[in-house]
Order: sequence, then C-alpha cells, then structure tokens
Amino acid sequence: MSDAFPRGRTAIVGAATFGIGKAPGFEASDLAAKASIAALAQAGLKPSDVDGLFFCHPTDTLGGLSFAQYLGIQPKFVDNNRLGGSSFQAYVELAAWLLAAGAIEVALIAYGSNQATASGKLVNTVRPMTYEAPYAPLNPVSSYALAAARYMHEFGARREQLGEVALAARGWAQLNPEAFKRDPLTMETYLASRMVSDPLSVLDCCLVTDGAGALVMTRTDRARDIAAKPVFVLGAASETTHREIAWMPDLTTTGAARAGARAYAQAGVKASDIDVAETYDAFTINTILFLEDLGFCPKGEGARFVEGGAIAPGGALPVNTHGGGLSCVHPGMNGIFTLIEAVRQLRGEGGDRQITGAKLALAHGNGGVLSSQSVVILGAPETL
Amino acid sequence: MADAGPDEQFRAFLREGRFMLQRAASDGRFVFYPRAVAPGDGAALEWVEASGRGRVYSTTVVRKKPPEPSYNVALIDLAEGPRMMSRVEGVAPEDVKIGMAVRARIVVSGDEPFVVFEPEVDAE
Repeated sequence: MSDAFPRGRTAIVGAATFGIGKAPGFEASDLAAKASIAALAQAGLKPSDVDGLFFCHPTDTLGGLSFAQYLGIQPKFVDNNRLGGSSFQAYVELAAWLLAAGAIEVALIAYGSNQATASGKLVNTVRPMTYEAPYAPLNPVSSYALAAARYMHEFGARREQLGEVALAARGWAQLNPEAFKRDPLTMETYLASRMVSDPLSVLDCCLVTDGAGALVMTRTDRARDIAAKPVFVLGAASETTHREIAWMPDLTTTGAARAGARAYAQAGVKASDIDVAETYDAFTINTILFLEDLGFCPKGEGARFVEGGAIAPGGALPVNTHGGGLSCVHPGMNGIFTLIEAVRQLRGEGGDRQITGAKLALAHGNGGVLSSQSVVILGAPETL
Repeated sequence: MADAGPDEQFRAFLREGRFMLQRAASDGRFVFYPRAVAPGDGAALEWVEASGRGRVYSTTVVRKKPPEPSYNVALIDLAEGPRMMSRVEGVAPEDVKIGMAVRARIVVSGDEPFVVFEPEVDAE
C-alpha cells in the first residue's frame, strides 16, 4: 500500500515562541495569541488569513473554539485534539493533508500555558483511571518510572546513563538564551537529586514552566512567495498504542518506532540522514527510548549511545538542541517546541547552538504516558 | 446482572471475595480491565475466576516526605495473560523486584474493594 503523503507540498512559514519560563499576568490564550501573531507576522499574515486552526488549550476542552473567538476568526476547520504532547506533530500531519488537498489555505498551530505562574505545578486535567486510582501512582512520573525500571531490567541500563540525558539537555540550554534552566549541572548533582518515583528523580523530570508556541503552514507555492526561509514538511506520521501504562504492549518500545518508519518512508530519508533530532524529553528515559525507536541506534543500545556527551553540544548527534523539556521549557504539552526548534535550526537561527549546515530535522512528539507518538520530518529547500 | 455494567459487576464480585476476569467467547483470551465487549474483535465476554497468580512486570516506589510512608506501585502480569496496575504488599516497597512471583489478595479501602498482591510464599 502506498503512502501518498504530500511530501514537500506544504511548508512552515512562521514559527515563534512567547513567554518561555515565567510569564506572569498572562492567561494561556494570551500567551498563545502573542506567539501566533509573531509567527504569522514572519510570513506577512494576520489572524484573518487563517482558515485552519489547530489549537489545544491546557484546561479548556473546547479551547480551539475559544481561541478562534479570541483571534476573531471563523475558520473553515478547527482541530481541538487532546492527544497530549504529540498533539502538535499530529496537527502538522493533518494540516499538511488538508492544505495539499486544497481544503484550507493557511494553518495556524498554537499552544500556550501559564501553568507555572498559575499553579506552580503540572496542570493535570486527566481523570484518574478506575483501575489505576486505588494504587495512587504519581502520574505521569510513576508511569514513566515503570517504563524506565523495565528498560533498566531488560538492558542493564544505569542511572548514570539517564543522567547523561539530563546533562546533555542542560548543556544545550546553556547555549540557548531562551531556556529556563541554564545553571551548570554535574553528574554528582544529578545522582544526589531527590527520588520521586524510582528510578526517576527530580532531575529526570521535565520542568514546569509557562510558555507558548505557534507555527504557520501553507502550501509550498505560496510559501516561497511569503517566507524568506520556508521549511518543508517532508513526512509526518503518528501511532497510538495505549492510554494507561498497564496497557502499553511493551514498555521498552514505543509507537514512535512505527510512526517514525512511516515518516522516514514518506520523506525518503533514514535516521542517519537526520542532522538534528528534536525528541520529546518529558523524562530522561524518553530520549533513550525514542533514539532507539527512531532508528538512531538499535533497541537496547540507547543508554550506551548517550554516554560520553554523545547527544550534548559537540557530540555525535545533536538532540534537543534548545534544551528540551528537561532544561528549556515544558508548559504541560511540549511538542510544539520540538517543531519550533527544528524550524529554527533549518533556518539557521540557532545562534550559539546552531548546527552548521543543518538540512534535515526530525521533530517528535509524545503524549500521555508514552501513549501517542507523532513524528515530523522537516527539510530545508535543498531537500525537496 | 443485566442492569449492572462491567465495572459494577467486577466490584460486586470483589465484594463477594472473588477476583474475576473476563474471557472472550471468540478465542478464549482473558481481558482486563472489564469491558462491555472484547478488545480487538468485539466478541462477547464471560466472567471467569482468576487464579490470582502473577509476576511483577515492572515496579516503582512513590517517594513521600517522611513521616508519610513511601509506597509501591507495580505492573503485574497475571497468569491468565492480562497486565494490571497494582501494588505488592508484605515486603518493603523497594524490595519488590521485576520477575517476582506474586498472589492476589482483595482489600477494601473505604467502600472500594480492589486487588493487591503479595509475594508468593512457595514460589519456585
């Protein structure tokens, strides 16, 4: 069966963030609107040009409708999906299809959250599942901890190797003026950090910050006219394997394996072609699992793969070059920021953390507890 | 039972001291959590008493600030096939090990009955 994904027929023409870290005084939609206006302006567009809106509000289940109203637009199509952190990659996938089919002309993908200043902790609107609630897992941490424990059992991985992921993220964050956590982090500090849900400690867990991001997509023909540096969507694919962790078929292999394989096939590239990989690092174990599932190393090798600063600045593979959810930003759902960082790298806007000559980027999203996975392959003009 | 949904039936069995699983009429697969139809093929489901035997597939300790005690959360692979979240009692939370043979026990907290596990005494 052929996958007729419209490779390179759509492009990202705007990518912007707002309020990364702490943004007191703003509501979630205020933050998302500021990012949206900035992203649209990069392509000379206004809210009234948007006819496809893809928006997920952290707490308002009808947030997509609310945000259309906030922007004063009446879109032909609104997607208000709640896949969790992978929502934004799935939005790119769907927007590419809708744009290529001519159903919409301009897609705005946006997210904002003020969870850090509003509550100071992870905003969780999820109802505890009947068959989990009696055991009081500290979700989402405990679910990821169960995956990490299983991974360490099967492959003999050690906490120092999880620590390599945290150190690499901090290393990148130190090169990113926008990143929230930029103070030096040592392995000693990592290993001494307070355990939350074994084997994951505080420093294995993503930040809790405010922040907003927005992306603007249109068809390639128009993109070339309105954007200085359009970034092309070469592939986008998703897979959902479960909701709660007990029903994840195998705790050491995520749906990113099959989603990634489909996205690579659509794009006509393989993992070894990727210049920069932005994976969703809600927890340190994630990066290891996703590097394996996305083909950067064999299953079970991820913990060794990240050793010795291999994914840190100057390492063999640049991973999460903005500092990721661990050290840059994590306002509840992080997928939009892996996309924005990929776009910035392909436009050459990475500043001190720029990967010289980056032409192909992977931006991955993870939702739930390793539940929903989406992979987007983006390319500079040379990759078309 | 016609009036009670799968969740309510499951709890009613637990209150009678019975840990029951569902089994698909199509191919005999065991199913947990309780559903109205079997996952995958939508087959009818019948209730069957679980053996109560299982093995720890993964385990974590939720760390609390003392004096509040830390506690175990585990995934248990039931002998019948399904996996469930639970906890292992009767042993320190950090001493629960992957692969450990365990046996189910029904406990009641408030009005809610649920299934926990204990290390199998005569484990091989």
